Amino acid sequence: MIKQDITQYKNVWVFIEHNEGKIERVSLELLSKGAELAKDLGCEVCAFTVGDKVEQFAKEVGEYGAKKFYIIENPVLKEYRTEPWRDAIVYLIDKYKPEVALIGATTLGRDLAGTVATKLSAGLTADTTALDIDPSNKNLLMTRPTFGGNLMATIFCPDNRPQMSTVRPGVFKAVKNPTKPEIIKEKYDITEDKIVKKIIEKVQTGEEKVNLSFYEVIVAGGKGMGKKENLKLLEDLANVLGGTWAVSRKVVQAGWAPQSRQVGQTGQTVHPKIYIAAGISGAVQHVAGMKSSDIIIAINTDPEAPIFEVATYGIVGDCLQVLPKMTEMFKQKLVK
Amino acid sequence: MHSLVFIKQVPDAAQVRVDYETGTLIREGVPAIINPFDTHAIEAAVQIKDKFGGSVSVLCMGPPMADEALKKALAMGADNVFLLSDRVFAGSDTLATSYALWAGAQKVIQEVGPVDIFWAGKQAIDGDTAQTGPGIATRFDVPLVTYAVEIKEVDPQARKIKIVRLLEGGTETVEVPMPCLITTEETLNHIRFAPLPYLIKAARTPVVLLNSSNTTIDASQCGLKNSPTKVKKAFTPPKRERGEMIEGSLDEIVNTVYAKIEPMLKQLGKV
Amino acid sequence: MRKKDFDVVIVGAGPAGLAAGYVLAKAKVNVAIIERGTFPGSKNVMGGIFYRKALDDLMPDFYKEAPLERHIIEQKLWLISEDSVFSTGIRSEKFNKEPYNCFSVFRAKFDKWFAQKVQEAGALIINETVVKDPIVENGKVVGVRTDRPDGDLYCDCVIAADGVNSFLAKSLGLREKITPNKVAIAVKEIIGLPENVINDRFGVSNDSEGVTIEITGPYFEGMETMAFIYTNKNSVSIGVGTIIEDIIEHKVNPNDLIEKFKTHPSIAPLIAGGETKEYLAHMIPEGGYYAVPKLYTDGFMVTGDAAMLVNSVHREGSNLAIESGKLAARTYLEAREKGDFSAKSLSAYQTKMEESFVLKDLKMYRNLPHLLEEKRYLLTKYPQLIIDSMYNIYNVDGVSKPDKIKAIKERLKKDFGYWNLAKDMFTLWRKLG
Ligand SMILES: Cc1cc2nc3c(=O)[nH]c(=O)nc-3n(C[C@H](O)[C@H](O)[C@H](O)COP(=O)(O)OP(=O)(O)OC[C@H]3O[C@@H](n4cnc5c(N)ncnc54)[C@H](O)[C@@H]3O)c2cc1C
Ligand SMILES: Cc1cc2nc3c(=O)[nH]c(=O)nc-3n(C[C@H](O)[C@H](O)[C@H](O)COP(=O)(O)OP(=O)(O)OC[C@H]3O[C@@H](n4cnc5c(N)ncnc54)[C@H](O)[C@@H]3O)c2cc1C
Ligand SMILES: Nc1ncnc2c1ncn2[C@@H]1O[C@H](COP(=O)(O)O)[C@@H](O)[C@H]1O
Repeated sequence: MIKQDITQYKNVWVFIEHNEGKIERVSLELLSKGAELAKDLGCEVCAFTVGDKVEQFAKEVGEYGAKKFYIIENPVLKEYRTEPWRDAIVYLIDKYKPEVALIGATTLGRDLAGTVATKLSAGLTADTTALDIDPSNKNLLMTRPTFGGNLMATIFCPDNRPQMSTVRPGVFKAVKNPTKPEIIKEKYDITEDKIVKKIIEKVQTGEEKVNLSFYEVIVAGGKGMGKKENLKLLEDLANVLGGTWAVSRKVVQAGWAPQSRQVGQTGQTVHPKIYIAAGISGAVQHVAGMKSSDIIIAINTDPEAPIFEVATYGIVGDCLQVLPKMTEMFKQKLVK
Repeated sequence: MHSLVFIKQVPDAAQVRVDYETGTLIREGVPAIINPFDTHAIEAAVQIKDKFGGSVSVLCMGPPMADEALKKALAMGADNVFLLSDRVFAGSDTLATSYALWAGAQKVIQEVGPVDIFWAGKQAIDGDTAQTGPGIATRFDVPLVTYAVEIKEVDPQARKIKIVRLLEGGTETVEVPMPCLITTEETLNHIRFAPLPYLIKAARTPVVLLNSSNTTIDASQCGLKNSPTKVKKAFTPPKRERGEMIEGSLDEIVNTVYAKIEPMLKQLGKV
Repeated sequence: MRKKDFDVVIVGAGPAGLAAGYVLAKAKVNVAIIERGTFPGSKNVMGGIFYRKALDDLMPDFYKEAPLERHIIEQKLWLISEDSVFSTGIRSEKFNKEPYNCFSVFRAKFDKWFAQKVQEAGALIINETVVKDPIVENGKVVGVRTDRPDGDLYCDCVIAADGVNSFLAKSLGLREKITPNKVAIAVKEIIGLPENVINDRFGVSNDSEGVTIEITGPYFEGMETMAFIYTNKNSVSIGVGTIIEDIIEHKVNPNDLIEKFKTHPSIAPLIAGGETKEYLAHMIPEGGYYAVPKLYTDGFMVTGDAAMLVNSVHREGSNLAIESGKLAARTYLEAREKGDFSAKSLSAYQTKMEESFVLKDLKMYRNLPHLLEEKRYLLTKYPQLIIDSMYNIYNVDGVSKPDKIKAIKERLKKDFGYWNLAKDMFTLWRKLG
């Protein structure tokens, strides 16, 4: 392992993920968290990104507290492709040496982080759910679930910089904290003929991308919902409660719902105030994604279903009866 | 076409339980399996071999018992399997793991020939990092295609491959030259029930053992000591208490539930 | 002629199939063993008692390296009623000396080890593959058809070692359908306990010495039931086996039987504080000698449980399986010399078996299954009488010993009649002898 002079590294950097001219929510969440960390470290939180026209994001990242905004602009970088984005980012990091670099654990973020870290020979912690600064030595402490959420591990990276981590969307709250960021625009030359990967086609699945973590009430259904049509019952109740609906992986695998609605280890992590689990058995991989909800209401015909182990309130019954009943009754109470 | 698949042997995460008293995982009696995502990588490689000829090599880093995973890979149609096993690798983080696998793969290339497609699973179900595949691609300096859901077109003459990969809320089709590294989603393919001749061949094929002395692996780049990330502590998340079962007629149940969550609904401003 | 894939295909990698495979591979025969489990032993998760002799003949001193639990130094027989136990048995320091008589084992570990040896000897073991049918041409078995694509295998000779349900022996008409009075269903559990607790509770001095307890009696309400407890290193195997016919007749659930058994006042303390680690149900052929089918046909031999080779009185099975596998393999080697795999040539296997301890032992007990079926009170009233008599004699309650003996005699006379008693004793003696 190469010994580094880690004292050269300063500031907390947050990668701004963007798509179709819009910033991903998780990047803003990380700016807010990054600001807290920067305070503990006595340094600044900065945003960075690469792309075609990314200077336009300066206003928004400023609103969420970024003191500086490091960017590389080049039409070739318009759409995300691993290698050119990586090389541009490695260039920025090599030049400005942040001590912490945070990236959202999205599809794009996970694709990017592993290759950037390898290029930098940096330590990278995946899917972090808690970030703290060790007061004794100012190391970043990154806590993450493993084994499908059965075990938590706190990871640190004593001798290498930057300390890199991907962080799950929805773990931290995006809080406005307006500043006017200084924009640092780097020139980075790259031409299309140097890039071997070509994007042939992009297909957006009809469904809007849903960020389940925005919602305070989630009505989730599992294989026990019986068939695709019955998922409507989830939506109905969610509408009454002003929340959204979600599903287990088996439902996604059955083709009843898109992956973007899946909660769990390989889906989204959510922490709503109220999580209703209907016809979900409660496999560890599912529970990993929802067990920190404030109130969990489980409806299952099987009194032995493991979901009852984590439920605040358990109902042994047929979700196809209980859900409509709830919708009907809650509608009366809530519409006032 | 020569494929090299990286597979990891993992405890069947679905069967791992937590001992809340000691704060550790109960792994006893939990079967070790090939990381489920990696089986789809093997299958994809074998399907390409079946179509275009060539061979499939598989490399696994792990303890000696991981040879079982490689035997399985053979039975799925792999031709050459290598187990990278050495104390010096123990405790490697993903950076050190991708180094060891990269260095181990050099040996495979030396023995079997240059690789056209490297494959890895999208993530391992024990560590859940999804970093090793991108790490290996970086070390080989080959294009990385993560989350593959379809191999659309393979052109061995032009040495190009078209892959559909998952995005958040959609998919994209990319074209890359070979060699490249692909990480696989479960939906990439269905694991076929392998024909008997594969199994017979598998039973006759030995697992080749690699370690720090018969490869060019630099021990100062792997293992616990040479991994930048360290585990400070591991702990089990607090167990949620088993809650209250609500009983009665359907009406009663729903009323009770409402009464229970009413304060929360008020707090949320919904009532 | 069609290509031949192997000289011999063995179906089933249990003790019978592995023993046959070992002998053949050692003789440089091109042999494949087809196993449906993910690995040999995977379907046999639990512990039992393994007798050394049969395997030691093939692999001298195997016990020094095989994964075994404890060698057995004491074997007990308990007759139990609701509240009492009458115990007999044998404990001997002779059992505590190498090469030892028998061991507790975990089949999952043991079979896997055995399979490793067989592979090292040169046999191919193909897992996760189910043999669906024999391939028969011109009345001769010439191979097997598996469930895999391209799954036919051709060979000189097929050895069936596919266990109690032997589909192969049935489909070739060697075996009739098993009737519920000829098989028992055994439900077993592994209960984890610390080594020192086991040593204390079973009265042995270290974790390599073990004890077996075989249990029957009126507690099981007249069902033909044999329960058992075996000590492993840090667990005990506990199980209850009952003839299926009795299960049906008494409308009981085998799971309930073991649950109840575990609460018996003399059993519960042995397993108290333990945690159930594994659970298994399996069938045991208990038809005895008369249930053993013809052991061969053209190009085909049947071994082990597939041939119903279990001595239920002494709970011997795996050793009979190994012996039969070995003899079938040797028969093949002789047949190969002659280049003749016809039924006539393979009938030498039947002869070898008749001369071995396997069929001799089963023959000795040939009438027992029938007897027990007819005279159920042998399982209830007699043991109850023994238990009550022992209790009375040991219970000091002011009644004189002569009076107690007199009372026992009266009960004998009333319940059975002296004449019947004498007759039963005579039959039992004759049938066993
Ligand atoms: C590597 C890996 C990653 C995974 N990641 C995830 C993940 O991110 N998210 C996830 O959800 N899963 C994940 N899984 C899958 C997980 O293990 C389970 O298979 C899945 O969560 C089960 O979904 P389910 O509860 O809907 O279905 P089932 O397990 O089939 O359960 C259906 C339940 O519905 C009940 N039921 C049936 N009918 C009714 C009725 N009418 N009314 C009420 N109840 C009824 C049944 O009693 C049962 O409990 C993963 C698995 C692996 C191996
Ligand atoms: C509860 C219980 C306790 C016992 N205790 C003892 C004891 O203490 N001591 C003792 O000596 N014996 C004991 N026995 C008996 C002993 O287990 C058997 O006699 C012995 O295992 C028989 O060996 P086998 O090789 O004939 O059959 P098995 O061990 O049953 O092996 C048959 C193998 O064939 C495979 N197979 C079956 N069908 C197919 C197919 N179509 N295609 C491919 N593979 C197939 C099976 O998966 C299995 O691995 C006990 C039995 C039971 C059930
Ligand atoms: N020890 C290993 N041996 C071989 N391949 C590995 C190993 N660890 C990880 N991989 C590969 O990298 C992928 C991602 O693993 P991870 O980064 O641990 O989530 C796995 O699906 C494997 O294909």
